[in-house]
Amino acid sequence: MNTKTPSKLEKILAAGHMAVTSECGPPRGSNPEAITKKAEMIRNHVDAINITDNQTSVTRLCSLAACIRLKLMGVEPVLQMVTRDRNRIALQSDILGAASFDIHNILCLTGDHQSFGDCPQGQNVHDLDSIQLIQTVRHMRDEGKFIGGDDIQRPPSMFVGAAANPFADPFHIRALRLAKKVNAGVEFIQTQCIYNLDRFEKWMEMVRDLGLTEKVFILAGLTPFKSAGMAKYMKNRVPGMDVPDEVVSRMAETPKEKQAEEGINICVESIERLKELPGVAGFHIMAIEWEEKVPEIVERTGLYPRPQVS
Amino acid sequence: MIVGKQKPLDDIWNRVKEFEKLLVFGCNTCVAVCHEGGNKEAEILASLLRMRATQENVSIDIRNSGIERQCEHEFFETAEKEIEWADAVLSIACGVGVQFMVKRYPLLRVYPGLDTTFMGDVEKPGLFTESCQACGKCILDLTAGICVMSRCAKRLLNGPCGGSTKGKCEISKEVDCAWQLVVDRLETLGNLDEFVKVIPLKDWSTNRDGGPRKLIHEDLET
Repeated sequence: MNTKTPSKLEKILAAGHMAVTSECGPPRGSNPEAITKKAEMIRNHVDAINITDNQTSVTRLCSLAACIRLKLMGVEPVLQMVTRDRNRIALQSDILGAASFDIHNILCLTGDHQSFGDCPQGQNVHDLDSIQLIQTVRHMRDEGKFIGGDDIQRPPSMFVGAAANPFADPFHIRALRLAKKVNAGVEFIQTQCIYNLDRFEKWMEMVRDLGLTEKVFILAGLTPFKSAGMAKYMKNRVPGMDVPDEVVSRMAETPKEKQAEEGINICVESIERLKELPGVAGFHIMAIEWEEKVPEIVERTGLYPRPQVS
Repeated sequence: MIVGKQKPLDDIWNRVKEFEKLLVFGCNTCVAVCHEGGNKEAEILASLLRMRATQENVSIDIRNSGIERQCEHEFFETAEKEIEWADAVLSIACGVGVQFMVKRYPLLRVYPGLDTTFMGDVEKPGLFTESCQACGKCILDLTAGICVMSRCAKRLLNGPCGGSTKGKCEISKEVDCAWQLVVDRLETLGNLDEFVKVIPLKDWSTNRDGGPRKLIHEDLET
């Protein structure tokens, strides 16, 4: 088994197991229990937990500190890092800070525009973009050097990930954009939430045609609906989200008290279908403020118990 | 060209009403094209301020004038007398013009009547669109001639991001996705292969980040 970092996630993927990751959003305050409680609910059912970085541009407890909380409880974190809020000095500095706590996974993102969040009058930085952040982490890890060229003492040892959104436009270049991320050095991908499975399968076909599934592990992203209202909101309000009408109707036609259960059913059925899709290396289950449902989804799809690797 | 937009009349009035002799001073090049800061607009703004003064019973002598460009010494000659007359000048040039007057007349009070908004083109009559950020190192050769510095809300060098929907930016359905335009043009020119190349980290030292910028032609200096 050929791995480049001590990341458990990398080891599981390299061993050919279907990986399972999930994510927790940090609180809008400084209470660490908001993180540790969520992590406790799911720690035995996932291989690693992403911590989001001020998602939707709303100010929250920082991803790095929350990742350290996970690390201290023995859970494997995936540090999400957006290029919106920090320049290259701060990005490299935070990468080293994470490395000093032996955080071994990073997800390189651009971040939502700040106009969606609580500081629409703030600046955005974007000194680098997500693809250049991938390059930067690989450079720091593999060359042991800063962007500026100086040597790093004890370089970071991180498994480098990024997101991919097969549902954004223009569709026909979405596989090419993944190729660009692969060129930059990305090693794993967690996709945007998948509701339109046909379109996802089409994207995966284009990705396979480019030979990319040989070069990068793709974790399919899923978010169960809690209600019909959430399905409508995701369809109409969230940028880059593709929720087909039949999925919205299925939720809407379910009696209110059974909608949550139906949302989980849809998620489970999606995983069952995507498990068979060539090139899918695992699942990223984003149960937004509904972490307690992750174990049920993992168990019902036969992904439990999680493999042990050393 | 430089595009500007007049500040709200209330803001202008509150800034200038304390003076006795006010000159509203137009700049008849860039900001005249966008109908906000030219000599004609200076005349209209002066009228509006006079009406306001009458309404509020404030005694203030308001005149208007203008020159071709407030950012070059040679154009000021025709307006020297009016400038000398004034206690204060409300310049409706861009920020460059306002500052040039501040440099030229160290003892004169000069206030901005415009918000300088962007460098852009005249897409069609009445529509002005931002198209350059003066980043100091042009990359239009790498992005199919579309300036992603000024036209992508995240100034991504390797877009489009995941928020691009039906050709529009995630911030608004009114805003084109710059990277959709790049992809479209690459396809039109048969150059989509270019898209896969990673554009490297940008050197921002030529941008504002490197400090105030200057261009010197020693052979032309006097």
